[in-house]
Amino acid sequence: MAELRTETMTVNMGPQHPSTHGVLRLVLELDGEVVRSLRPTIGYLHTGIEKTAEQKKWQQVVPLVERMDYLGAQSNSLAYVLSVEKLLDLAMPRRVNDIRVLIAELQRIASHLIWLGTHALEIGAVSMLFYAFRERELIMNINELVAGFRFFPSYFRVGGLREDLPRGFHEAVNAFLDRFPGKIDEFEGLLNKNDIFMRRTQGVGILSADEALAWGLVGPIARACGVDYDVRRYFPYSGYETYDFEVPTEREGDVYARYRVRMRELRECVKICRQAIARITPTGAWACDDPRVVPPPKDKVYTEMEALIQHFLIYSQGFTVPAGDAYVPVEGPRGEHGVYIVSDGTNRPWRIKMRAPSLFAIQALPNIVQGGLIADVVAVIGSTDVVMGDCDR
Amino acid sequence: MDSHTIITALAPLVPGAAYEVGASIDFPVIYVPADRLVQTGVALHEAPSLRFTALVEVTATDYFPRDPRFEVVYHLLSIPNRQRLRLKVRVGESGSVPTVQSVWPSAGWLEREVWDMFGIVFDGHPDLRRLLMPEDWEGHPQRKDYPVQIRKAAQTYEPLEISEEEFKANLQRDRTRRMAQ
Repeated sequence: MAELRTETMTVNMGPQHPSTHGVLRLVLELDGEVVRSLRPTIGYLHTGIEKTAEQKKWQQVVPLVERMDYLGAQSNSLAYVLSVEKLLDLAMPRRVNDIRVLIAELQRIASHLIWLGTHALEIGAVSMLFYAFRERELIMNINELVAGFRFFPSYFRVGGLREDLPRGFHEAVNAFLDRFPGKIDEFEGLLNKNDIFMRRTQGVGILSADEALAWGLVGPIARACGVDYDVRRYFPYSGYETYDFEVPTEREGDVYARYRVRMRELRECVKICRQAIARITPTGAWACDDPRVVPPPKDKVYTEMEALIQHFLIYSQGFTVPAGDAYVPVEGPRGEHGVYIVSDGTNRPWRIKMRAPSLFAIQALPNIVQGGLIADVVAVIGSTDVVMGDCDR
Repeated sequence: MDSHTIITALAPLVPGAAYEVGASIDFPVIYVPADRLVQTGVALHEAPSLRFTALVEVTATDYFPRDPRFEVVYHLLSIPNRQRLRLKVRVGESGSVPTVQSVWPSAGWLEREVWDMFGIVFDGHPDLRRLLMPEDWEGHPQRKDYPVQIRKAAQTYEPLEISEEEFKANLQRDRTRRMAQ
């Protein structure tokens, strides 16, 4: 038989491709169905948030950073407020920390549900999307109850929270927590032993623990390779050291292992939420008592001169932050979210840099995908759970 | 582990390097001279007492009009030692920093972003292109002397008009080029 002459084909995947989770462009070089090389191109969603933040006062940056990783909005703002509080050397009351932990864990559940729905949808389990979005809707309702805003609540503020919890908060959270574990069973029942799902995910996109660390993929991706690193465990913040939870890890490092890690994380989230909601009293402290940052209560503003001046200063000039720099990491839904802030001692930040876990995941993508099949590219992108708003900022 | 302990551990591995302890409120900060950065990185990565195997962030800060103007900031993580470390490298307007990609592969895109945003050149970087801004962008937006809002004429392109003969010729040209490779 005469030797077949073959040639490779270059294919553009994205920037408008339904499986790339936003505007990610991949230039694939294909040899038949095998991916010979992959070149990601990013930046389509770059909005210059870091530059804009330098023009805002410290408190005004909170809604901006929430728009970076729009699925894990409140883990962004948690990292930001913690870093500013570190420079200001503020300590939060116990109740504020507990509420922050609860909200951050609910946000993680919401983000994982979007990941689960879209990831399963892309590899053929279409109905998962509707089941996952149905549950996420309940968390969006809780956000709306707390802050009047479903997607970007901006409920965390430097110095505490925006206001106290609303009436009916405990009932809404408890109703969700009672309902959700059964739904996780349902999700796992649909996917865990699903033959098509397992064939599409097992042994696909394998990454070793050393590679994961070399590419900076600290988070669920590294935990799927057996690295038990979790910021909540290694560098606890907001009182995570007082909660009883496990850090799920798997050994295989493939797409299925990443799925298993995130599903087990959902259960751990519920566990943390239950402990947090039990500690939170319906009313109580919702901010620290530092007069530099937290405005006085309204009844004092109307009756006391000093309180009025303090209120006026905080809302017109903002507060100043001592000069210096700080990096505070939190465990976001996609891995280590960190904020590096530099202050020059004025009422506006000098520099803000967000560590974007999605950027690292996309950078490592060629390494995971090359040599595999083109159909696996979709499965791997889904398993890395990238958000382009986070990547491009 | 504080900055002094780390510098003491580094001293025999990188002889003659002039390290400097930086002010910090969270974890150790060390100023590294640019010419010893890669050696320092190898030592931090390999030494059993340090084991900073993950580079979690590379960024820069523009302290305009101070001189030297920029500080490139590296955040390192050692999981076995539960330790974080911040390295800083001072670099001037026309200076450059060696790439640390040989030590931590994750530095590749992060250094591209720093070049894109600040115009700091990383010597030896194999692919120093813009990462977030369009490739034909002028200037480096995160510099303090770069305006926040600028008016630029909208960039337009000629509509793509191509005859069928040209299209086929292009196709043939690409094919012969690929076959030649």
